[in-house]
Amino acid sequence: MTGALSSLDRPNTYIGRSVSRPNAKRLLAGRGRYVTDLQLPRMLHAAFVRSPYAHANIRSIDASQAAAMTGVHLIATGVDLAKLCKPWVGTLDHFAGMKSSPQLPLAVGKVVWAGQPVVAVVAETRALAEDAAELVAVEFEEIDPVTDVDAARAPGATLINPELGGNVAFHTRIESGKVDEAFRGAAAVVEETLLFGRHTAVTLEPRAIIADYDPSEERLTVHHGTQTPYQFQDIYSRHYGLREARVRVVAPDIGGSFGMKLHVYHEDMAVVGLSMLLGRPVKFVADRLEAFVSDIHARDHRVTARIAVAADGTIRGMEADDVTAIGPYSTYPRTSVVEGNQVVRLIGAPYRFRDYRADLNVVFQNKVQTSQYRAVGHPIACAVTETLVDRAARKLGIDPFEIRRRNIITQDMYPYTSPTGYTFERLSHEACLDKLHALMDYPRLRLEQEALRKQGIHRGIGIAMFVEITNPSPAFYGVGGARISAQDGAIVKITPSGEVHCLISVGEHGQGTETIVGQIVADGLGVDHGAVRVFTGDTDVTPHGGANWACRGAGIGGETALQASRTLKRNILSVAAAILQARPDDLDLRNGEIVDAATGSARLSLGEIARIAYFRSDTLPGGVSPQLTASHHYTPKGFPFAFTNGVQACHVEVDVETGFIKILKVWVVEDCGRIINPMLVEEQVRGGVVQGLGAAFFEECLYSENGQLQNGSLADYLVPMACEMPDIEIAHVETPTQDTELGAKGCGEAGTAAASAAAINAVNDAISPLGASISQIPMTPQRLLRALGHA
Amino acid sequence: MKARAFEYAKATSLQDAFDAFARASGDCCYLAGGQSLIPSLSLRLQAPSLLIDISGIGDMRGVGIVDGMLRIGALTRHAEMLTSPEIARHAPLLRLAAPHVAHPAIRNKGTIGGTIALADPAAEFPAVVLALDAELEIAGPGGRRRTKADGFFKGLYETGLEPGEILTAILVRPFDKRDRCAFDELARRRGDYAIVGAGVQGRFHAEQVEALRIAFLSVGPAPVRARNAESAVRGRTLSPAVIADAQATLHLDLDPAEDAQTSRATRLHLARVLLGRLLGKLAREARNEGGRA
Ligand SMILES: Cc1cc2nc3c(=O)[nH]c(=O)nc-3n(C[C@H](O)[C@H](O)[C@H](O)COP(=O)(O)OP(=O)(O)OC[C@H]3O[C@@H](n4cnc5c(N)ncnc54)[C@H](O)[C@@H]3O)c2cc1C
Repeated sequence: MTGALSSLDRPNTYIGRSVSRPNAKRLLAGRGRYVTDLQLPRMLHAAFVRSPYAHANIRSIDASQAAAMTGVHLIATGVDLAKLCKPWVGTLDHFAGMKSSPQLPLAVGKVVWAGQPVVAVVAETRALAEDAAELVAVEFEEIDPVTDVDAARAPGATLINPELGGNVAFHTRIESGKVDEAFRGAAAVVEETLLFGRHTAVTLEPRAIIADYDPSEERLTVHHGTQTPYQFQDIYSRHYGLREARVRVVAPDIGGSFGMKLHVYHEDMAVVGLSMLLGRPVKFVADRLEAFVSDIHARDHRVTARIAVAADGTIRGMEADDVTAIGPYSTYPRTSVVEGNQVVRLIGAPYRFRDYRADLNVVFQNKVQTSQYRAVGHPIACAVTETLVDRAARKLGIDPFEIRRRNIITQDMYPYTSPTGYTFERLSHEACLDKLHALMDYPRLRLEQEALRKQGIHRGIGIAMFVEITNPSPAFYGVGGARISAQDGAIVKITPSGEVHCLISVGEHGQGTETIVGQIVADGLGVDHGAVRVFTGDTDVTPHGGANWACRGAGIGGETALQASRTLKRNILSVAAAILQARPDDLDLRNGEIVDAATGSARLSLGEIARIAYFRSDTLPGGVSPQLTASHHYTPKGFPFAFTNGVQACHVEVDVETGFIKILKVWVVEDCGRIINPMLVEEQVRGGVVQGLGAAFFEECLYSENGQLQNGSLADYLVPMACEMPDIEIAHVETPTQDTELGAKGCGEAGTAAASAAAINAVNDAISPLGASISQIPMTPQRLLRALGHA
Repeated sequence: MKARAFEYAKATSLQDAFDAFARASGDCCYLAGGQSLIPSLSLRLQAPSLLIDISGIGDMRGVGIVDGMLRIGALTRHAEMLTSPEIARHAPLLRLAAPHVAHPAIRNKGTIGGTIALADPAAEFPAVVLALDAELEIAGPGGRRRTKADGFFKGLYETGLEPGEILTAILVRPFDKRDRCAFDELARRRGDYAIVGAGVQGRFHAEQVEALRIAFLSVGPAPVRARNAESAVRGRTLSPAVIADAQATLHLDLDPAEDAQTSRATRLHLARVLLGRLLGKLAREARNEGGRA
């Protein structure tokens, strides 16, 4: 770190302390208020008739029997809602040439995935709405479903969106340096095709929404379990032709989101239209079965990649071909090509080779849409890179740590621009690698591995380095024409007794945003953090901002809160100076007291200043007008992204007779810049690792050839659970960004980014002495047995 | 999803339950622990007009020795298999299997009668009662009867229970000091239904097997005994070669289905591995403690 020390570096700062969550007790006591808990007067409930087919024409809809049921208030078809709702198209301008068809809330004429909502039924209870939905008769005429990525691109393939002229949504090629030359001169070349299963977020709280349209004021209030209320205010207003200032989106308590709760969903758009048609609140909560066929899925990539290495292990070049399938449309408003784009741009990111070529093909298919989910693209790029590096090391007989040390971007190289165009301000690969080596006691583990192998116990050690994209600037979506904010806003105000409210646009979804914002405000102002209350997620109340996506709460939201509180502090000190007839610079606010900056002796409490300002401003000198509310908006302006980095290790034991794998331990060393709350950073990393291990070992949306999801329930879709999860030991390196005063970068995706890559490397390390290898996740017992030649 | 509307009646006696069943002319279900039935209603896989709650019928409770047999009331919760001293002493195989049945919250509600009456091919206790050579006590409007567990599990969710009949108890011959048993299964996650599982119980003379029963779960439409494997070990010492003989016969007894995650061949392979491990465990125990028998 450079520059002068600020209050953030004080020994008693809140920054860097494991302050516990102020909302934990409330949520644990069952006093959370999720959308599902809300009961509004005159509220009705929606249920949907869904397509049983992956691809079919709708011949007819007969809802007469359902409509005749008592308690049923409305039955709406795609055509009915199309009259109200402007279609949406999931493309962005900066993805040159990308295509996607317009979408509407309910299917019109044709269905394109099994589970697509076709008819909406609104009734007095959800059960009644479901009873009525069972009576709606829809006649379908099946069309060949497009499910395979190669068949989708073959000549003569059935087209999902005939008007687009093909099933490819987007193609891009990246080419840097002299790739063919790099491969020609290589001592060794390793090639691999890796398969990544489709999976989905499985939030504890499913998607939930209540739309409440009041025709008397043409006002729409949406209580929505979303990470991006401001984005939805914009979308509901534009697509339903409502005045923006009369659209209010409130995100109450939210039980996890992971990127899944920021996309436009057909049911959610439908519910808004249904409420407008009825003039009453309409609620829809996706049940688990609906979640599996309507929440976005993610991953689903097939990457064929090659690495060229010199005899000493120096990476000379890499080449990758990624084919990814995204469902019948690209999602709105963030598209479904971001994941693939990040895959091809992040491959090789920790290393300093320059010769790189990649192709990306994004393909339509008749399955649920895919889009951004925690660590978008990172786990795939990381797994591709790190398995190739490991294989190259094995081929050359170089230790996995050593080959990485020889290739990482080093301290003398920053700022460094990757062959794919990403600029890294400063990363800390060497420090992270060294720290991990010590943390896991690598030499001892290798000795133990060798000893156990002699007893027929097959353990494996895998490591994986990662680079994570955080603090995105408008370069991420804004430049592509999306009305998605990269800035955030905060309002900080003093209550009449000298306590503090902070209204901020970043939200709380269980990750601890409220906690860190409280810490930052307390620190920025100089008050006890118990005196600060944080409010989030209400477009009528909190400032407009990007809210929660990518990794930005601490880095962008935190800096916003810091600057707003600094402004407020200056305002407070100027009032104090007027009262005390001192100079503002000679005073400071510490622990809720105005003190003499030099001696620290107390002069006046913040409560007294507030009392005077709010109730006895007549006693202040003329011309003093106290401003005890301050606001600030902040957008990243320096580097387009604040990249972070780290390295993970995974230790497994493979039962080579059954293909079952025991995950023994995971270690993570990560660098997210300045750490505001170590406990929360470690929670983020642990949760992220568990999601990555889920991808590696358990989670996969399994489809039949005709596009039916076969395991759409929590009995069949396996999420990782506590008993199978190992201890996860975490250590930190801190390289604050110089772009902000706070210096924080993101940490929410670090765990997910490399966990599955480390796991694949660990399993291959365990089974390679048996001449076996695996390159598909999840690594199920079945797949492992195949790899081992057993089944 | 929400269940369709239904009526609910709480039976205070078996007769009470049979009467309610008759009045509903069969459009009803008995409710015990509700851990399978309630999810099924919520998924609208079943939609009876009436639920007859049998969980308060005293006659179906309790665990104890009656006429030389261990009588386990059908309403005995899965969790009690882990805590009851009678089960530990007289039917240790049930105790060995119980930790593999779902999770604590479900074990606190689910009943052994419910799981046997339902006969999910992946459930643990149906296979265990086969391995135990248990008898089932069944009551119907016409009176009570007893039947062997062998032959009770007829197919997928298909049992020897006639419509309206209630399983009231499970009867097990008490564990003898010459007996040995083992249970294990391969499940992706703790508490999941297994890819394959098996319970074995047999009588030993020192290291020699007098007779041994082997029952598998999750390898076909119903829990199934591996009779060829049982024959392969009868009268023999469980040497690696004998165990291999038993493993080699499994394809004759088991007919596992293919599913989205696991092929038929893999299930058979895993069944062999599991059997090898279970018999290996009994062999080790017999070797180590054989002198005592
Ligand atoms: C998440 C989850 C995981 C589970 N995992 C497992 C597992 O790993 N292994 C496992 O074995 N089970 C598992 N189960 C099922 C559980 O063990 C059930 O409790 C059991 O199968 C049924 O018992 P019950 O008392 O709850 O029966 P209920 O659900 O009340 O009834 C089930 C059926 O049996 C009938 N019935 C019940 N009792 C009687 C009786 N005495 N006579 C006649 N008919 C009767 C009912 O009419 C109904 O048709 C799981 C359940 C859940 C929800």
